[in-house]
Amino acid sequence: MKKTAIKFVMCAGLLGAAAWGATSHARYSVSAAAAENGATQVKIDNFSFEPKEITVSAGTQVTWVNADDVPHTVVSNDNKFKSKALDTDDRFSFTFAQPGTYEYFCSVHPKMTARVIVK
Amino acid sequence: MGDFIKRNLDGDGVDRRGFLKCMAWAGTGAFCVIQGGVLKSFSMSDMARMSKSDKANMKGELSFVQISDSHIGFDKPANPDVTATLREAIAKINALPEPPAFILHTGDLSHLSKASEFDTLDQALKSLRTDKIFYVPGEHDVLNDNGQQFHERFGKDSKGDGWYSFDQKGTHFIGLVNVMNLKAGGLGSLGHDQLEWIEDDVKNLKASTPIVVFAHIPLWSVYPQWGWGTDDSEQALGYLKRFGSVTVLNGHIHQTMQKVEGNVVFHTAMSTAFPQPQPGTAPSPGPMKVPAEKLRSVLGITNVNFVRGKHTLAVVDSPLDGPSVTSQFHLGQPDFDSAMAGS
Repeated sequence: MKKTAIKFVMCAGLLGAAAWGATSHARYSVSAAAAENGATQVKIDNFSFEPKEITVSAGTQVTWVNADDVPHTVVSNDNKFKSKALDTDDRFSFTFAQPGTYEYFCSVHPKMTARVIVK
Repeated sequence: MGDFIKRNLDGDGVDRRGFLKCMAWAGTGAFCVIQGGVLKSFSMSDMARMSKSDKANMKGELSFVQISDSHIGFDKPANPDVTATLREAIAKINALPEPPAFILHTGDLSHLSKASEFDTLDQALKSLRTDKIFYVPGEHDVLNDNGQQFHERFGKDSKGDGWYSFDQKGTHFIGLVNVMNLKAGGLGSLGHDQLEWIEDDVKNLKASTPIVVFAHIPLWSVYPQWGWGTDDSEQALGYLKRFGSVTVLNGHIHQTMQKVEGNVVFHTAMSTAFPQPQPGTAPSPGPMKVPAEKLRSVLGITNVNFVRGKHTLAVVDSPLDGPSVTSQFHLGQPDFDSAMAGS
């Protein structure tokens, strides 16, 4: 089951790279895949969180990494977590202990919205 | 003078052809002249070719320069040396035939709100030959500390989160902050307190008073998909409806665009740091890399000249390198002052 999920994410990532038509994005194409240790990464690229929605199990640490040339933030809509401004390649991590749906956005570019679903 | 863009603001006041022509010039610097409510914009190369009488016609009662989006600290391929291009913009301003009364900086002084970035900007702007520089913050100036540092250094006399107004030669200037407390999914925001302050700030002004509003994020809907707009700008502009001449100057989108709506002229300035793509032409509004030899044609300054008695506003967008673009706006209501005075 897990293998299938990884495949799907990889596929989505590659499709995304193709859609943008930029080879420079290809190197990030698998970064959203869930790693074996249960950690999960969300890429911030082209003013969007990728993937826009992820589902993880309780206790998972999610790490955001900024691949853009401009700073972004990761801020929970109800202040459950909040990063500093992340410059290019900066990272922010948060461990989701409790199940629930966590909506978040970039407070610098608030059109950038996404969510983490914790089961 | 063939490149002049002239508009007669009758009907809805929008000259689509002129607007498109300005769009074609996206990314050039501007020189603006406000003459009693008419916006005029001249290219720098036009100005060089102008006769004496042309220059006299263009000379306004009040001339000032807008610069924007210096992004000091940015060092990516779109422009590895933003301090150098800021210095070139300063040299351009210092070389203007008419020294500007003051400078408006419409935000994103810094890239990451770092003290060292503000220091560099501050030092560079000290070489400007002008009496005064007015600032409003961009979203890059209020990272991590809710704008505290910006406020202490560049907005000491302001109110609330940094808004203020002042008068120059009969024109009322309003500096607004629309980069704070942004809500998920939203655009730029002025907020309740600031809106109340605007209403109060203008309530005792005569309708004939020319108004210039400046803020970082556009106060008109340029391209909401990229966040290029302000959620509650309509309410703010509602308080300005009764005025015969309203000029709105913004930055944020790193390219020139303009629009006329009734008596309101909206204009955005180039960045001094790096260009951004035209709306919807790229996956995101991120910094746009252009060939090195083209960079200085898409960075620049905006010069505004305001001649009250003649109801003319002229805006000249001047790139660091290349031809400038002039826009001139006429209200088409010569009796506006007398008709509206005291209303």
